[in-house]
Amino acid sequence: MEINFTHHQSAHCENGVISNLMKHHGFQVSEPLAFGIGSGLLFCYIPFLMVNHAPAFTYRALPGIIFKRFAKRVGIKIKREKFKNPQQAKARLDENLKNNNPVGLQVGVYNLVYFPDEYRFHFNAHNLVVYGKQNDTYLISDPVMETVTTLTDKQLEKVRFAKGAFAPKGHIYYPVDFPKELDLEKAIVKGIKHTCKDMLAPIPVLGVNGIRHTAKLIRKWPKKKGVKKANHYLGQIVRMQEEIGTGGGGFRYIFAAFLQESSNILNKPELSNLSKEMTLIGDSWRDFAVDASRIYKNRSAKEDAYNNVATQLEVIADKEEVFFKKLKNAIK
Amino acid sequence: MKKDEVPQDKSNLESANFKELCYAVDENGEYTTVNSSGWDPKTIALNKAIEDIKERVEDAKQRVLNNQSSPIEYYMEFHKMDLPILASYVGMWKWRVKRHFKPKVFNKLPKKILQKYADVFDVSMEQLNNITLHGN
Repeated sequence: MEINFTHHQSAHCENGVISNLMKHHGFQVSEPLAFGIGSGLLFCYIPFLMVNHAPAFTYRALPGIIFKRFAKRVGIKIKREKFKNPQQAKARLDENLKNNNPVGLQVGVYNLVYFPDEYRFHFNAHNLVVYGKQNDTYLISDPVMETVTTLTDKQLEKVRFAKGAFAPKGHIYYPVDFPKELDLEKAIVKGIKHTCKDMLAPIPVLGVNGIRHTAKLIRKWPKKKGVKKANHYLGQIVRMQEEIGTGGGGFRYIFAAFLQESSNILNKPELSNLSKEMTLIGDSWRDFAVDASRIYKNRSAKEDAYNNVATQLEVIADKEEVFFKKLKNAIK
Repeated sequence: MKKDEVPQDKSNLESANFKELCYAVDENGEYTTVNSSGWDPKTIALNKAIEDIKERVEDAKQRVLNNQSSPIEYYMEFHKMDLPILASYVGMWKWRVKRHFKPKVFNKLPKKILQKYADVFDVSMEQLNNITLHGN
């Protein structure tokens, strides 16, 4: 049994699943639009949490929350379910496929066999769509992959019931109720406002302040943690910023694409100019990644090299602060 | 980033034969998507992270062979896990798993608990008890 589902590759899994499912139901929603309306852009240093033996940084909103906000803002309803029992989770999936309904699943990456080995870490907030089943093999549309792929029922069960932080617990979700027409204008304004609020939040680890806080940490690392750890931590920041899913520059380019698209929908030329500005900020993030990679490539890092990348981050923070203040005014 | 600036460096993506999607602007300043085969700054970061893991595995292996730690720690590192993740997979408290790192405690573990670990690590009981039997 195979549902007639069109796979489109996307940069990020969650936006990709939203966009692909919406397109399947006849609504042309691009990935940047899903990302922007769901207020996906963020910067956050998460204190006390260690991921792969390094502190956790994120350039995006919490897993799952982008779709949640998107649904609320455009007025669709999503059905979500989690399971204790793998059999039940499988039964519910089969039932939906039988009803010709492609579904989104949250899965862990570690046992995802079609990923390159090097990318298989214990990360549990990956998303994909199942759009059919042939004998014991499920047909999978993983948005970050170029083409569709498959998983056997054993393999799928393993990734649906991965353990650790954000354990998916068989999480299955799909839209059930759509309005006649999506109210994109209002949704876009809400999405942008929320992002501005997050990025300018008066919280030390969040948004623009979070970037400054991170710069301070980087300055301290070589002395406090030693060169080896400092390099590992710096590498982790770059990976969070650039690894599969961000579309480049820690989601800044996707956000710029969103602003460009919004400028047409809302008929606001200012947004198009702001989009160009965001692209330049994205370029600064890329430059930061290049310089940071020089440090961890050379192992023997000098202290002023750390100070240099920290300063770069502070400059980015200043730019983003100005930018989001302007954006906030533009959308008023 | 301009369309023709999207990096096409060699990376680990090659082994799986796929390219990731990047967002970039074309000649007219319009956003579009371009496939990228990889980018050196992040390939270096990823390779460093993998090197670190290999080092951790080798380190754990030596400690197990010197009887300073139990095979559980070796298999945990081998599977890129840390204590919270392993504890979650076997359904035990972290301190209990940590206790099982002690060779003395490990050697007295009942078969039922050992089986739990063997299932999570996808190894036989013999391999769990003797890490030299573990392939690669």
